[in-house]
Amino acid sequence: MTITPFDPGLSEVPQRQPEAPNGWKRYISFNTDAKVIGIQYIATALLFLLVGGLLAMIMRGELITPAADLVDRTVYNGLYTMHGTIMLFLFMFPVLNGLNNLLIPVMIGAPDMAFPRLNAAAFWMVPVFGVILMASFLVPGGPAASGWWSYPPVSLQNPLGHLINGEALWIVAVALSGVSSIMGAVNFVTTILRMRAPGMTLMRMPIFCWTALSAQTIQLIGLPALTGGAVMLLFDLVAGTSFYRPEGGGDPVLYQHFFWFYSHPAVYVIILPVFGVFSELFPVYARKPLFGYKFVAAASLVIVGLSLVVWVHHMFPSGVPQWMRDLFMVTTMLIAVPTGIKVFAWLGTLWGGKLRLNTPMLFALGGLFNFVFAGVTGIMLATVPVDIHVNNTYFVVGHFHYVIYGAATMGVYAAIYHWFPKFTGRMYYEGLGKLHFLLTFIGTNLNFFPMHPLGLMGMPRRVSSYDPEFAFWNVIASLGAFLLGVSIIPFLLNLVSSLVRGERAPANPWNAIGLEWLLPSPPPTENFEANVPTVISGPYGYGTGLPLVEHQEAYERALQQA
Amino acid sequence: MTTAPSRTGLSVLIGLAIWGGLLLWLSLWMGRQAYRWLPVQASSAAPLVDGLFSFETAVATFVFAGVVSVMAWVILFNRAAKYDVSDAEPIEGNTRLEIIWTVIPLVLVMAIAAYTIDVNRQIGLIGPMEHLHGGAGGAGAAGSPQAEIEVIARQWSWEFRYPAAGVSTTELHLPMDRRVGLQLRSEDVIHGFYVPAFRLKQQVIPGRLIPFFLTPTREGRYRLRDSEYSGTWFAANQADVVVQSEADYQSWLRRAAALPLQPGLSDASRDYALRQSRSRTSGYATVAPAPPPMVNVPGSNTLPHDG
Repeated sequence: MTITPFDPGLSEVPQRQPEAPNGWKRYISFNTDAKVIGIQYIATALLFLLVGGLLAMIMRGELITPAADLVDRTVYNGLYTMHGTIMLFLFMFPVLNGLNNLLIPVMIGAPDMAFPRLNAAAFWMVPVFGVILMASFLVPGGPAASGWWSYPPVSLQNPLGHLINGEALWIVAVALSGVSSIMGAVNFVTTILRMRAPGMTLMRMPIFCWTALSAQTIQLIGLPALTGGAVMLLFDLVAGTSFYRPEGGGDPVLYQHFFWFYSHPAVYVIILPVFGVFSELFPVYARKPLFGYKFVAAASLVIVGLSLVVWVHHMFPSGVPQWMRDLFMVTTMLIAVPTGIKVFAWLGTLWGGKLRLNTPMLFALGGLFNFVFAGVTGIMLATVPVDIHVNNTYFVVGHFHYVIYGAATMGVYAAIYHWFPKFTGRMYYEGLGKLHFLLTFIGTNLNFFPMHPLGLMGMPRRVSSYDPEFAFWNVIASLGAFLLGVSIIPFLLNLVSSLVRGERAPANPWNAIGLEWLLPSPPPTENFEANVPTVISGPYGYGTGLPLVEHQEAYERALQQA
Repeated sequence: MTTAPSRTGLSVLIGLAIWGGLLLWLSLWMGRQAYRWLPVQASSAAPLVDGLFSFETAVATFVFAGVVSVMAWVILFNRAAKYDVSDAEPIEGNTRLEIIWTVIPLVLVMAIAAYTIDVNRQIGLIGPMEHLHGGAGGAGAAGSPQAEIEVIARQWSWEFRYPAAGVSTTELHLPMDRRVGLQLRSEDVIHGFYVPAFRLKQQVIPGRLIPFFLTPTREGRYRLRDSEYSGTWFAANQADVVVQSEADYQSWLRRAAALPLQPGLSDASRDYALRQSRSRTSGYATVAPAPPPMVNVPGSNTLPHDG
C-alpha cells in the first residue's frame, strides 16, 4: 500500500459554514461537523437503548413465570421482535457510527469526514427510520411480530390484510437503515484511506481505525444482500410477488441465505470496532505498547474475509446438505484463530504492565472476560451436532447476548468513558462510573449466564411461555435483567451531571499517546486546522520515549498555554 | 527467550506446571459434569452429541479458565502504585509467541472439526439428516424406507399419521431400538421438529417433504417442541413423544385404529376461542389457528415428561 499524502493545505481553505448554528442547537440541526454528528449518533442510540431495554424488561417480566400471563402472546411476540430490531439497528450500529465519527478524523489527523454532507444525511436517516419503526406500534394490528430475522412465510402473514402494517413498516425501516449504513461506510472507508495525516502510513494507524476500516468494508459487501432481500420481502408482502412464498413457487430458504449473508458478518461489524476499543485502551491503562501490532491489524482483515463465508452456520437445521454443514463449520471454527491472536495480544499487553483500574479500563477488562466466554460457547455452536441440539434455544440467546451486551456494549461504555473528556471537555465522575461498571458486570452475567443451561435443557428461544422445569434459571435471568435496567441510572446520571458541572478536562487526562490527545478538549471544529502534524512513529509507543509526531513539544506547549 | 538465573527459571517452570495441571484438572472435571446439564439420552444420536459436547466443554474450560487466570494475575499483581505514572517496560511483541498462539488454536479447532465431522458421519449413518437443497425429490440412494409416520406441522398443532395402521394422533408414539422413518411437512409456515431428549432438530419447510430418521433408545415420555418461530402460539405448539417397546407400540397402534375420530390437542384453538369470546381483546392482530386435526387418539401434553 502506498502512502497517500494528505495535503495539509486543504484545511487552510476556509470551510466555515456561516449557516451552522453554535451551542446546543447544532445538535438538532443538519450539522456537517463529524464531532457533532458523532454526538448526535450516540445520543440517539442511547435514547433507543432505553426503549429497547424497557421492552426487554417487560419480556423478562413475562418470562419470570412459566405461563403467558403478563402480556398477551401477540404482544410478547411484538416486544421481542422490536427489542432485537431496536437494539441492533437503532442502538448498536448508530452508537458505533457515533464512535467512528468522533474518533476516525481526530485519530488520523483529518479535519472532518471525506463527505460531510453525506455523513449528516446518513445520520438524519436514523431518526427517520426510528420514527417509522416506533410508529408501527400504533398501526392497526400492531408492530412486526416475526422476530428480527423476519423469516417468511410467517412474516408474510398479514392478519388484517392492510397495506400499511407493522411488518411493512419494519421492512421499510430496516431497508432505510441499510441505506444509511452504506452511506456511512462509503464515508468512513474513504476518510481512512485518503485523509490520513502526513507520515501516517497504514501500518502506523491506530488499531481502532483498522477495525473500523474492516467493519465498514463488511458493510459495503454485505448490506446490499440484506437490503435487496428485504425489498423482495416487501414486494412479497404488499405487491403479491412470490420470491419466498412456497405456494407461488418461491423458496423461503432463499431469504435465509440473503439474511444471514449479511447478518452474520454484521456481528463482526459490531465486534471489530470493539476489538479496536480494547486495543486502544489496554496500552493506555497498562502503560505498555500493544503486543504484536502488525498481527492484530492483520487479524482484523482475516476476520473480514472469513466472516463472509460462514453464514450457513445459522442454517444447519434448515435442510442444507452435509458437505455444506462440514464446510461452513470449518470456516466458522477458523475465525477462532485470528480472534485468538487478538485476545492473546491483549493479554500480552496487560502482562507485566502497570495497570490503572479506572472506569474505562474496568469496562474493557469486563468486556474481555465476557467476550472470551462468548467465544468458547461460539466454538460449541459452530460444531454441527451440538448446534443441532441447541440451535434456536436459549443457549444461542445467551451466547449472542454475551457478545452484544457483555462484550460489545461494555466496550462501547469503555469508549464513552475514555473519550468523554476529549469530546465534551469535562471529566466524568469516577465513583458513579465504577458503580455503573459493577452493576453492569453483575447484571450481565446474572441475566445471560442462566440462558446457557436453559438452552442445553431444550428451552426454545422466542417463547412467551415455557414448561415449569425451566422456571428456576428464568427467575435468575429476570432478576439480572432488572439489575441491568438499574445499572443505566448511574450511567445517565454521570453523563448529565458531568456535562453540566464536571471538572474541566485537560487535553490529555490519561497521559495517552495518539493524535487526538494532541488536540484541545474539546477539539476545534477543523481539528488541527492548518497545523496537521507529521507522524513519525507507530501508535502505542508507551515506555519507548519516542515522539509520535514531528515537533511534538511544540504541540504540547501550545496545549499547555491554551 | 530470557536468560534468567536457573533458580528463577526453575520456579517459573514449576509454577507453569502447577497452573497447567490445575487447568487440566478443572477442564476434565467440567467435561464430566457436562453430561448432567443435558436432558436424558433417548435416541442413538444423543450419546454421540453428548460426548462431543463434553469434549468441547473441557476444551472451552481450559481456554476460558486459562485466559481468566492470566487476567486475574495481572489485575492482582501488575497494578500501578498509587502515584506511579511511569510507563512499563516497552515489549512490542514476540514473533515466536505469535506463531505459537496462532498454530495451537489452529490445530485445536481443526481437531474439534475433525472429531465433529466424524460424529456427523456416525449420526448420518443412523439416520441421514441430509436433504436435497432445491426440494426436488429427496429420495436419496442411501435407502429411504417408506416413511412409517407422517408428521404434519400446523399453526399451531402437531399431527402424526401412521398410514399403514390407519391411525392418526396428536401424541407421537415411537417404537424403541428401531430406526423409524418420518416424513415431515408443514401446511403453513416454517416449523421446527425438535425433541431435546433425542438431540435432533429439523426445520419443517412448507412446500417440501422432508425425510427424517431416528432411533429411540429409551422408553418414556418426552417433549416435542416447535423450534422455529411460527407465530402467535409458537410457544404452545408442543406435543408429547411416547417411546415404547415394539410390542407395546404395536398393540397401541391396534387399539388406536379401532377408536373413532375426535378433535386432537390444540392449545392454540382453545385459547383463540376464548379470546374471540371476550368483548375486548388486549393483544395485537393474529392469524386464526388451524382447527384441531381429527385424530383417533388425542393423547396428552400435560403429563409429566422425562425430558
